[in-house]
Amino acid sequence: MITIFGIPLQAFLGQLLLGLVNGSFYAILSLGLAVIFGLLNVINFAHGALYMFGAFLAWMGMSYFGLNYWVMLALAPVIVGLFGILIEKFLLKHLYKLDHLYGLLLTFGITLLMEGLFRSFYGVSGQPYSTPEALRGATNLGFMVLPNYRAWVVVVSLVVCFATWFVIERTRLGALLRAGTENPRLVEAFGVNVPLMITLTYAFGVALAGFAGVLAAPILQISPLMGSNLIVVVFAVVVIGGMGSILGAIVTGLGLGLIEGLTKVFWPEASSTVVFIIMAIVLLLRPAGLFGKEK
Amino acid sequence: MKLRTLSASLMLAGFGLASQPAFANISDDVIRIGFVTDMASVYSDIDGPGGIEAARMAIADMGGQINGKKIELLFADHQNKADVAAAKAREWFDQQKIDMLIGGTNSGVNLALAGIAAEKKKVFMAIGAAASDLTGAQCSPYTVHWAYDTVALARGTGSAVVKAGGKSWYFLTADYAFGHALERDTANVVKAAGGEIKGQVRAPLNSSDFSSFLLQAQSSKAQILGLANAGGDTINSIKAANEFGIGKTMKLAGLLIFINDIHSLGLNVTQGMQFTDGWYWDQNDETRAWSAKFEAKVKRKPSMIQAGDYSAVSFYLNAVKATGSDDGDTVMKWMKSNKVNDMFAKNGYVREDGRMIHDMFLMEVKKPSESKGPWDYYKQIAVLPGESVFTTLAESTCKLIKK
Amino acid sequence: MNRQALGYILFVAFLAAIPVLGIYPIFAMKIMCYALFACAFNLLLGFTGLLSFGHAAFLGGAAYASGHAIKAWGFSPELGILYGVAIAGVMGVVMGALAIRRSGIYFAMITMALSQMVYFFFLQAKFTGGEDGLQGVPRGTLFGLIDLKSDLNLYYVVMVIFIVGYLIIWRTVHSPFGQVLKAIRENEPRAISLGYDVERFKLLAFVLSALLAGLAGSAKMLIFVSATLSDATWQMSGLVILMTLIGGMGTLVGPVIGAFIVVLLENKVGDFGSAVAKLTGVEWFQRLGESVTIVIGLIFVICVLAFRRGLVGELNAWLEKRKSLSTRA
Repeated sequence: MITIFGIPLQAFLGQLLLGLVNGSFYAILSLGLAVIFGLLNVINFAHGALYMFGAFLAWMGMSYFGLNYWVMLALAPVIVGLFGILIEKFLLKHLYKLDHLYGLLLTFGITLLMEGLFRSFYGVSGQPYSTPEALRGATNLGFMVLPNYRAWVVVVSLVVCFATWFVIERTRLGALLRAGTENPRLVEAFGVNVPLMITLTYAFGVALAGFAGVLAAPILQISPLMGSNLIVVVFAVVVIGGMGSILGAIVTGLGLGLIEGLTKVFWPEASSTVVFIIMAIVLLLRPAGLFGKEK
Repeated sequence: MKLRTLSASLMLAGFGLASQPAFANISDDVIRIGFVTDMASVYSDIDGPGGIEAARMAIADMGGQINGKKIELLFADHQNKADVAAAKAREWFDQQKIDMLIGGTNSGVNLALAGIAAEKKKVFMAIGAAASDLTGAQCSPYTVHWAYDTVALARGTGSAVVKAGGKSWYFLTADYAFGHALERDTANVVKAAGGEIKGQVRAPLNSSDFSSFLLQAQSSKAQILGLANAGGDTINSIKAANEFGIGKTMKLAGLLIFINDIHSLGLNVTQGMQFTDGWYWDQNDETRAWSAKFEAKVKRKPSMIQAGDYSAVSFYLNAVKATGSDDGDTVMKWMKSNKVNDMFAKNGYVREDGRMIHDMFLMEVKKPSESKGPWDYYKQIAVLPGESVFTTLAESTCKLIKK
Repeated sequence: MNRQALGYILFVAFLAAIPVLGIYPIFAMKIMCYALFACAFNLLLGFTGLLSFGHAAFLGGAAYASGHAIKAWGFSPELGILYGVAIAGVMGVVMGALAIRRSGIYFAMITMALSQMVYFFFLQAKFTGGEDGLQGVPRGTLFGLIDLKSDLNLYYVVMVIFIVGYLIIWRTVHSPFGQVLKAIRENEPRAISLGYDVERFKLLAFVLSALLAGLAGSAKMLIFVSATLSDATWQMSGLVILMTLIGGMGTLVGPVIGAFIVVLLENKVGDFGSAVAKLTGVEWFQRLGESVTIVIGLIFVICVLAFRRGLVGELNAWLEKRKSLSTRA
């Protein structure tokens, strides 16, 4: 039996694959954050709460309306996006001319509000959500048995991330978005409705969070606290990748998922802090982040 | 300009003063009980407002008064912050002159409260906390630990599962003091009963994804997966275990499970799991009757802790009635010399170190086909006599025990 | 004697008289500790313009350090406090050095992530007692003279600590060093062009803020004879931001008032909720009252949108407007 650092190759590959699954979540969430930060210069602390909202919507759709997973996978991000439009139009908009820190504080307050409200209505033990029929069961990959659902998560996340990257970096719409970040006045002068663009960008960013929430619903217990456990790690991921870089967010998210997965095997107790340790190291060597540009 | 600021702050101070509850008449013709627990956060389901209701039921069943003295219940949310709890408890002792303090969930908070009650020489009843230190290294002549502790859970589940054939164990442990204690206590029991420990993995507290740890557990080829964690971690690890089909090759042994956890996970995922519990609503007619009354008010069946709240408050009130006094020492003396016989425990008693000894039960989660409806989740496998599951006097680290 | 000094003297007299006035001393001490914490934090945010989202690490770190020193090593209270403050200072140097490399939002995120690491360390370290916390720390006798077991004695000691801490901050703000900090907050590139070593000033401000936050933490530990994990969570960091925001960033008195309001809120929101529930007959208000988080979140949102200058800031602005209006007439 081949061993790598003392553990069998099979187990090693298995852990890598699991790390990739987690990395997919990090990638989608940090992608949303990067998109929002790139255009709005706002750190959306509420990203975790909106991810939780997406998961709850999936559950609500099932329990109250009998809507299945596939419907909610499409519907929940839309609802979260609409909610994001409300937040942007009525709350965030007023803060653009001020210091960026206020945006962070506002979204922090929104996080507390949402978490408190959900906790007040639904308690903390969490709601069960079962894997959709089509994705149940597991496949024997030879070196491990992988639940089909987790494979689906990886695939769909990669597709969504790639699609987002493509739109932003390779299409005209994306070019407008990027131009809007650099010089909103000029872009407006060309007749583009910049405020609308900003609103829709925020909506898209949080829709991504909601999408990740629906993806997570069958895996984790849907609890009001699921977002806050995750958000600090995602922040660290974005800092490591370099904020505002789309590719950076995706690659870093996946990479850190892999590294975390490996840490769980060799040094499990440190697996929740390894991301922060890497962040500290990256900051010492490359303050702008691995893919970031100095602003 | 600063004068205005000063007057503003004085006004606010006055407002703060005015909004103190109007218990300025300190009269000892009232029996006052203070109840601090987690009302809105991670432990609110297993105790929380339900626990307050249980305490109220105990007071109502006493008639609301003892020999003409009214019984009052004060309650507060400690938000899982020891200093909020401590400040509240001190305020209640110093200003509202409470006679008895109840600690709901959260071991850290309960340890802090025990210290304060000892200082004020008033009775403290810890119901929902798990720390065995409350009657061990940090025992006090005024602390009574009611429902369960980590040692009882470890011994109950550990020895019973080994006896049933589960000889080789692997632990998934939450990497903090409570998880370590649970793992250590269970491991000792398993080894003493002739089992072996194949290994363990320590997962950070509040991990969301356990898949990697579960895979390691599975590759150890142990028969039993011991879950030395609690709350959200337990729920998430059980869910993931189910997803990865761990149940096909290993049996799950939960070391701290509440009925609310099973309720939120569902029987599909938890069936067959074995664990120790101190009480179950469907054990006999008495428990069923009381649970029906509870459910009418709280809309769900009670957990062990909520039943423990009722039992402890009733026992205390009985003590006050019998001794005719609410003095801390007198009541403690009565409580340590009389048996607990109610719907929570039969022939239970309070030991010198404050530990309430009562029988615990080995439970197994029913299959969905065996359950007749919501909350019908457990079947009782064995009775674990109190003397054998709690720390024995010989092992105790409490300074009150004369050896 | 000018009005400001008079105001301060009256306030100190009020503080000294609190036990006599019948206000519960433990409550007042708790407020003073949080007020010192908020003032220390405000030194960094309001006067230097740096938002740290990890200040709880200093509060908790000092509490654990001094608690451990007193309980396990038998330090006397004053040495224990000094030790706690020193540890907070060391943490401040390390965290500051890492975080200062970036500015603005990046700075905030880095401080948050670093304090999360510190939190995990506290969670696992043996001496902190993890979830159970560090309990039963003996209060001891200060300088061998003042028995701190008496709440009354401790009250005056904490009061002196608070006043000293506040004075340090006041002196710092009204000094050339403080002026440079304000300059950095207003326009950092300009300060650099004027030849100031901006990085060094920021680090100094950070460490000073950490030291004073540590002082608050050690004092709080003595009051409650315990140090627990909740002192070092990011929710606590968020709470001190709220205190400063409500009170008024960039004002000296603001954080004190903010701390008072927030502590009051934490303790009384339950009673408030029940009162409103009884009044309106809507049962849900009872549960709202039980959730401090919802109320705090709501206040955060409202403050950021409409109340950015905080109570004291708004008060100052209103007074300025009145003054200019009256001079116009």
